[in-house]
Amino acid sequence: MSPRTVLRVVAFLVASSAIAAAVAGTADHSRFDVLKGPFATAEDVTKACSTCHTEAAGEVKKSIHWTWDGTNSFTGQRLGKPRIMNSFCGSPISNEPRCTSCHAGYGWTDLRKTPEENGATVDCLACHDGSGTYKKTATDAGHPLYSPRVIGGVTVEPPDLAKAAMSVGPSQRENCGACHFNGGGGDGVKHGDLDSSLTDPPRDLDVHMAADGANMACSTCHTFNAHIPSGSRYMTTAVDPHGLDLPHDDHNRATCESCHGTAPHAEAKINDHTDRVACQSCHISEFARGGVATKTLWDWSTAGRKDADGKPVYIKDEHGHLVYSAEKGDFAYGENVRPTYLWYNGEIEQTAVTDKLDDKIKDDILTLNRIGGSPTDGKSRIWPFKEMKGKQPYDPELNTLVVNHVFGKDDSAFWTNFDYPKAIAFGMNYAGLPWSGKIGFIETRMYWPITHMVAPKEKAVPCSDCHTRDPEGRLAGLGGFYMPGRDGSRLLDIVGYLALFGALFGVVVHGALRIILSRGHRS
Amino acid sequence: MSHKREVMIYTRYERFWHWSQAVLVFTLFFTGLAIHGTHDLVPFGLAVKIHTNAALLLIALWVFTTFWNFTTGQWRQYLFKKGVFRVIRFYAWGILFGEPHPYKKSLQRKQNALQSLAYMTFMTLIGPALWSTGIAYLLYNSWSHYAWSGTGIWAVALLHTAAAFAMGAFVVVHVYMTTTGKTPLHYVRTMVTGYDSIELTEVEEAYIEETKSTEMR
Repeated sequence: MSPRTVLRVVAFLVASSAIAAAVAGTADHSRFDVLKGPFATAEDVTKACSTCHTEAAGEVKKSIHWTWDGTNSFTGQRLGKPRIMNSFCGSPISNEPRCTSCHAGYGWTDLRKTPEENGATVDCLACHDGSGTYKKTATDAGHPLYSPRVIGGVTVEPPDLAKAAMSVGPSQRENCGACHFNGGGGDGVKHGDLDSSLTDPPRDLDVHMAADGANMACSTCHTFNAHIPSGSRYMTTAVDPHGLDLPHDDHNRATCESCHGTAPHAEAKINDHTDRVACQSCHISEFARGGVATKTLWDWSTAGRKDADGKPVYIKDEHGHLVYSAEKGDFAYGENVRPTYLWYNGEIEQTAVTDKLDDKIKDDILTLNRIGGSPTDGKSRIWPFKEMKGKQPYDPELNTLVVNHVFGKDDSAFWTNFDYPKAIAFGMNYAGLPWSGKIGFIETRMYWPITHMVAPKEKAVPCSDCHTRDPEGRLAGLGGFYMPGRDGSRLLDIVGYLALFGALFGVVVHGALRIILSRGHRS
Repeated sequence: MSHKREVMIYTRYERFWHWSQAVLVFTLFFTGLAIHGTHDLVPFGLAVKIHTNAALLLIALWVFTTFWNFTTGQWRQYLFKKGVFRVIRFYAWGILFGEPHPYKKSLQRKQNALQSLAYMTFMTLIGPALWSTGIAYLLYNSWSHYAWSGTGIWAVALLHTAAAFAMGAFVVVHVYMTTTGKTPLHYVRTMVTGYDSIELTEVEEAYIEETKSTEMR
């Protein structure tokens, strides 16, 4: 067998075993008495799970899904949502019961403490519900509804916890999607390559997760080891020299190379690209392709506008997207967006809420996450990113970002009071951080690596999208290295064309002279 | 006494070599310009594929032809000959006024001094510059890990481009020169049929007739 055949067989086995695991098991959870309920709270479901899965909750408590705390081993920087700023809501601090609705637990109401200190408990159903009915409500620190509640004018019924408990199984796309598709406060808002269209994607949108593709779940690639997920945006494996992951290997399949190896193309010249170009750059030509728009701009500086009647202003565009919200400011959206390309070695330096901004601002723009990499460091590849533009409140005197208290039933939360000084004073005080009392707005950029929505190979980016002199070429803005079709020497071109057309001109003149003069001496 | 006779001066292999090389060189130049970004009549990926395969074929052809040149002794045709300046003067001046060509084609000397010099330049300078940089380019990934590879690929690409322009200019002049025979198509016909009229001495004529060392009609 050729190496390519071996590779195909391995990939097939890995994929099919993962799929098999997702559909079959030796236990039918609907027949366990302990899961039949009734359950007063979701925490009781976790207790029932733990009667058999005695170690599971302990494992979850070591995972980033629980701790929201991690240290970047490349940079040593301590990360996690309570520490890092983004260009969407800024910081979850002081906005907990809402932001922690996506915590893999119940009751983390104060991000200044660890979930354990805060008395939170593990949520099994968020990841393992197979009924499609379990839902963590948006504002209750991870809890589902326990009684009917009117949300946005509609009465929402609480989930049937017993039904959910009896339905449990391996995580499906919609389990992960409940949080990861909705990052940034709504469907598709944050990532651009993760939205609800991936719950049941067509093959063109995601060749791996489509039912008529490989029908994979998220965890087919994001392998979990004792409830610890693999694959990280904080510490991306930008190049995977380890290549193929065999069964009983390192159980981290969150890179393309894990299944496809480092030379997956039939054509050698295409394989020559894999050391410098990430798979994603060619195989994800555009993001937000599933019909769900992703947010591309969020300008907080304009938030708080009210109409003549003193009512907060909300404006929707023709697609029904909010383009202005008094709570949040101006928005712009994108669908089928061509990524921004950057050299990336996996190192991202994030901006902590405590960081001084001085050296992070260039041309009046603060890059919230600085993407590491260069054409010459030998560790980088060209990766696709979603560029998120923002304008955010900051402290122009202390030169730090600020915690904006947006959510809560109090007199300071911005989304109900529309008063920045009050909201920020509350947020900074709550976080225990120094604030000069001054508020400015700074333009920001944030770069989100694009790695999902892999299209079938026939939809890969054509060579000429990059190998072109067109200033609109995909890599037109990426300098510092030679790329055929794009680069050359102007001087050499001038000399070369002069030689070529000079020769042509010369022979034409010579030929003409021959014809004219031969007439002359014949007659 | 000497006679003009139609003698096969370009053997079947030489003609095969010449015309297949011509096709490959035109293919390479056309697709090369596409890769260079001069035109986009062929999409980049396809241009690369054609260019690479045509280059490999041309290299194979050259390897075989080099072997042929040495085993048949034909390589001597390309050696430097005296009288280059007379030939240059002829093409620059004499030809315009109907002067006779200062050079007589013979069985042993198929090329005039300028031709030999031009082909020698092509074979020892332009050709090697093209194939050596082309091969280095194709094998880029086997040296891309060196620190100098970034500068290296620039140098390789620019040299290849420069040599390709030289090659292009050479071909333009070469094609034009084919029209300078007795009739504008005489040389082309010779390269197609292989026959040219050559002044033969009686001894040569008798020798060819006797030994059939080459075709004659």
